[in-house]
Amino acid sequence: MTHAQVLAQTTAPPGGTVWDWGFALEILPELLRALVVTVQATVVASVLALSLGLALALLRRSKTVAIRLPVAGFIEFIRSTPLLVHLFFLFYALPRLGITLGAFTAGVIGLGVHYATYTSEVYRAGIEGVAKGQWEAATAVNLSPRRTWTGVILPQAIPAVLPSLGNYIVAMFKETPLLFAITVIEVLGAARIIGTQSFRYLEAFTLVGLLFFLVSYPSVLLLRRLEARLATK
Amino acid sequence: MPPSSHTPRSAPSDALVSFDNVTKRYGDLVVLDELQIDVAPGEKVAIIGPSGSGKSTLLRLLMTLEPPTDGVIWVDGEPLWHLRKGDALVPANDKHLHQMRMKIGMVFQSFNLFPHMTVLRNVTEAPIHVLGMKKAEAEAEARELLQMVGLEDKIGAYPGQLSGGQQQRVGIARALALQPKVMLFDEPTSALDPELVGEVLGVIRQLAQQGNITMLLVTHEMRFAREIADRVAFFDKGKIVEAGPPEEIFTEPKQERTRKFLKAVLEAG
Repeated sequence: MTHAQVLAQTTAPPGGTVWDWGFALEILPELLRALVVTVQATVVASVLALSLGLALALLRRSKTVAIRLPVAGFIEFIRSTPLLVHLFFLFYALPRLGITLGAFTAGVIGLGVHYATYTSEVYRAGIEGVAKGQWEAATAVNLSPRRTWTGVILPQAIPAVLPSLGNYIVAMFKETPLLFAITVIEVLGAARIIGTQSFRYLEAFTLVGLLFFLVSYPSVLLLRRLEARLATK
Repeated sequence: MPPSSHTPRSAPSDALVSFDNVTKRYGDLVVLDELQIDVAPGEKVAIIGPSGSGKSTLLRLLMTLEPPTDGVIWVDGEPLWHLRKGDALVPANDKHLHQMRMKIGMVFQSFNLFPHMTVLRNVTEAPIHVLGMKKAEAEAEARELLQMVGLEDKIGAYPGQLSGGQQQRVGIARALALQPKVMLFDEPTSALDPELVGEVLGVIRQLAQQGNITMLLVTHEMRFAREIADRVAFFDKGKIVEAGPPEEIFTEPKQERTRKFLKAVLEAG
């Protein structure tokens, strides 16, 4: 086969159709395996974003200026700089400082910390939304500061902001392809590799879009239902 | 926080609660103006007066919701917002405030129940987490208190499912669960529909008649104040204009301002 023949075969599939179902089915398992990586990264980064975000929100309310100000500065800095820069810094720059992270670890930390600064603002809004009388009642029945938080304030603040937190998790899920930039083979990365090897980008990238949609959209619908339920409560 | 340079004084020997020259300012606004008042153990004091006269602020300082700007508040022989240090009084730490709060309970105008907890948990929350009571024991006591306020059948309900009058009765049970020496009532019926006022006043009356608890009641219910109070204090512009037995204040007030106020509210009512 001449080079021209090979090229003709790969760009114009037999039967005259552009889209090749057979090829799409053939690469689907590989894409699904990569989607697992995407989902894993999202889950681990979510845990980090949700827990660190709460910690940041609480620390930002500290009475101690030496805690409050650096935390506020950190939040503002992270929020004002691109996630991709954080990822490159964690993966390519940190080793120079003697800290070498695996690609997946660096990616999850980058995503989690970046989104923690967003969720911290959500938590903050939730905390400020709790009526002042609740703090006063907690003082009047002499609850400790810790119990006031865990028993009175957070159980009211967090349910109120669950939909907003959920929206950030979905947004984060959609940003996981950035991890490919630091060599994590997540679903977009896998598709890109299939594309470069087969010259068939159409099936690969279309499937990536569909897979993202199939995870994101039901999640969004679920969140809307949750939001509606909380609104009627 | 009041300055530590305040000239210390020993606690008044017979008073359970004593305000000694207490001032509260918000910026230039003087809400309490060198207030002096002593409340004897078991005494029921009704505090009346126009809105914005500082009545509620008095209770808020006593509940440690806000610090006084100046002066000393004594509760049960101890300075509330201060610690004794030799001859001087220094601003209290959180531990001291926590100990002092054990003696005081408060019922709020807007109830302030915990909306995410059942009625029973609203009442057991503090006994369990503050007094370290066993759950079963706290629940048994809470049931008794809820029975006293007539809500034993609402134990599993959430505050949002109750009427205002029922919520306020839970509020009273919640405050009583810590067995305070002093109960503060901050306009407990002002947020209620008229037909629900009676049931709340009934519970407070019952509590007053049981005798030994000390009560400070800020209220606009003049008839009720007259009925249950040992003493009525008329407040205006951050000061007590006059105080005395209810018959005296309501029938022959000495001060012109008291007369005017009573005339206005009694005519309106």
